This record gives sequence, C-alpha cells and structure tokens, in this order.
Amino acid sequence: MNGLNSLVLSEGITFHAPSISEFFPAAILFAGTPFEMNRIMIIRMVMVILLVVLFWLGTRKMSLVPGRFQGVIEMGLDLVRVNIAEDLLGTKDGRRFLPILTTIFFLVLFLNITGIVPGFNIAGSSVIGIPLVLAVVSYITFIYAGLKKHPGAFLKNSLFPSGVPKAFYLVVTPIELLSTFVLRPVTLTLRLLMNMIVGHLLLVLLFSATHFFVLGVGQWYGYVGGAGTLAFGIAFSLFEILVAVLQAYVFTLLTAVYLQLALAEEH
Amino acid sequence: MLHAFVWASESAESVPNPLIPAIYDIVWSIIPFAIVLVMFWKVILPNMNKTLDARAEKIEGGIALAESAQKEAAIALEKYNALLQEARAEASDIKDKARAEGALILAELKDQASDAAEAITAKAHQQIEAERLAAIQSLRSEVGQLALELAGRVIGEQVKDATASSAVIDRYLADVEKNEKSK
Repeated sequence: MNGLNSLVLSEGITFHAPSISEFFPAAILFAGTPFEMNRIMIIRMVMVILLVVLFWLGTRKMSLVPGRFQGVIEMGLDLVRVNIAEDLLGTKDGRRFLPILTTIFFLVLFLNITGIVPGFNIAGSSVIGIPLVLAVVSYITFIYAGLKKHPGAFLKNSLFPSGVPKAFYLVVTPIELLSTFVLRPVTLTLRLLMNMIVGHLLLVLLFSATHFFVLGVGQWYGYVGGAGTLAFGIAFSLFEILVAVLQAYVFTLLTAVYLQLALAEEH
Repeated sequence: MLHAFVWASESAESVPNPLIPAIYDIVWSIIPFAIVLVMFWKVILPNMNKTLDARAEKIEGGIALAESAQKEAAIALEKYNALLQEARAEASDIKDKARAEGALILAELKDQASDAAEAITAKAHQQIEAERLAAIQSLRSEVGQLALELAGRVIGEQVKDATASSAVIDRYLADVEKNEKSK
C-alpha cells in the first residue's frame, strides 16, 4: 500500500473517484438564467434533434413496401404500438394514448443511450429533470384517463376497492392512497434516475481504475489489474445498452399499466 | 483510503442533492418532452397510421381482387365447358346428318343405276325381239319366195294368183312352225 501510494505521487497520476458532482457540470450557455445549459442539457437537446431528424426522415415519404431505414423506424414504432399500447389498452385506447407512450419510450431510450455513446459518456436522463417530468406526465395522464372514463367512481374505486369489508378501509385506503398516488410517480422517477446514475458511476469507476492501474501503477500487477477493470468496463458498457432499452421499456410499460388500471371497469 | 478521497472531494465542492431538481433541469426536460411529443403526435404517428391504413386497404383490396378474379375464372370455365359441350353435340349432329345423307345418296345412286341397268336390259330385249321378228318376217317372205320360185320351176308354171300363193305359203309355214314346236 505504501509503495502504491508513493508510485502515484511520483508520477502525478491520481485515482479519479466518480462522484455525484459528475451530474452537475459547469454551465456552458445562458448561465444564471432558467435556460442555463450545461453539458448534459446540451446532450439532451442534441439527442432530441437527432430523434426528430431520424423519425422525420424515416416517415417523410413512407412507402407501402418499406425500405431498410423505414423498416427499422416502423419496427421501433410498432414495438410501442403493438407490444405495449394495443396489448395493454386495446386498439381504441391504445391509439388514443399512443403519442404519450411513444414519446416516453423514445425520449427515455435516446437519453439513456448517451450513457455509453463515446464523447457523451453520460445519460441525458441521469439528472432528475427528465425522470421527474416524465413521471409527472405519466401521473397526470393516468389520473386524467381515469377521471374521464369514470368521472364519479375513479377516486372511489382507487381508494375504496370494492369487495373489502368496511372496517378494513381504515388500513386499505391509506395504503392505496400511498401506492397509487404517491409511490407510482416516485418509483417511476427513482427507478430510471438511479439506474442511470449508478450505471454512469460504475463505468466511470471501472475506466478511471483502468487508467490509474495502467498509467499510474504500471508494473505487471498494474497491467493485470487494468486488464481486469477494462474487461469489466466493456462488459458493463454492453450491459448499459440493455439497461437503457429495458428502462425505456419499463417506464413506458408501467405508464400503460397505470392507464389500463385507471380505465378498467372494476378495480 | 478510497473512501477518504471521495469524502474529501465531496466536502470540498458542496455537491448538490441529485434528488432536488434545478430549475434549468426542469426547463430542459419539459422542452425536449414537448418537442418529441408534438413531433410524434402531429407528424410521425399520423404518417404511420396513414401508411398502416393504406397497407391494410391494399392487402384487403388485393384479397378482394383475387377473389373476384377467381370467380370470373370459374364463370369463364363454366362458359367454356358449356360451349364445348354445345360444339360437341353440334359436331355429332352434323356427323349423323352427313352419314344419313350419304346413305340416302348412295341408295338413290344404287336405284338409279339399277333402273338404268334395267332400262338397258329391257331395251336390249326389245331390240333383240324386234330383230328376231324382223328376221323371221324377212326369212318368212324370202323362204316363201324361194319356195314359190322353186315350186314354180318344178311345176313349170308361174303361180299367178299371188294372194292365193301367199296364203298357201303362210299355211305351210304355220304347219312347219307347228311341227317344229311339237317336236
């Protein structure tokens, strides 16, 4: 341990530990205004522009027999339309809420994936704004859907489920209130946010450890350690792709499930 | 040691709480959401739905077209078969008629031929008969003349009465014929 320390000091390469401050980089544009942009906000807007351009190009001149690019775009849209919206909500309600669900899916997916895009290296959804705003959208949407479908009965059905003895409402109602109207948006926000934060911290940890081992430690044991952390870094980068897609899917799927429960006749 | 490093860096910078959103963070979350929502809602999904509808219509139209084509083909086949049947019946009719006509013609020709043959035969018979009669006639008169001449010469006197002599001759010849026949 002592030898390691001295080696670090002598070469001037220190171990950069990942920290929460990674998610709050210095402002670049419009500093001090509500439109202040740091690196992550710029990444978000770049991805939004990319998303708009890709989908605009993919659906600009749609042909009945799709080419390769249109086919990929259609496959993506069909994933949300068929596997989430129509599967859970049926054709009619599925079409009604498709814009919200599609927006949530692709926005989350595109902002998640920047976590492993070289040069960006941080997920656009790893700062609470995106998870929170989308969770609020999901929350408002399912409450709106429930109130519109069952104007009088939605809140009653949600808080006082039928078939429960009256005395139990003392216990059941607070639980339902908490789980439906408090925990749903909170879990939606935290699940996405924490997945992205932890994913980023893990990758930073592994790659900065590699950097430190190879350039800072040197020797054979430094190279062995570096090779190990590098291998893990690559493996977790691939894993982060899966997480990015999965979190986008889960967020959208849960929104659809909440909508389905709100639209159901009986709770 | 690692922990100490992390703590040191955090305390130095006074790190913000990641669970408390900054105003700019919310602003730059609502704006992307709004942009993407409007794009999907107003542009992308309507386009996609249009394409899906057109595709479904095309597929249904194709199926309907194929069905009608099949129906038409079946009707055409039926028509063709009926026509074929008709043509076959007509052909066999024509054949029968031709055969009957041929037989009729043949019979007629045969009749005509046999008639002609009969006529020829009859004519020949008549001619033969006539010639025979003429021969007999001429023979009779010649023989009579010869006999008269001979008899005149034998008797030495010319038989003057021609009618009487011819009656004698006739009677004689009739006798000869009678004798011939009786023999």
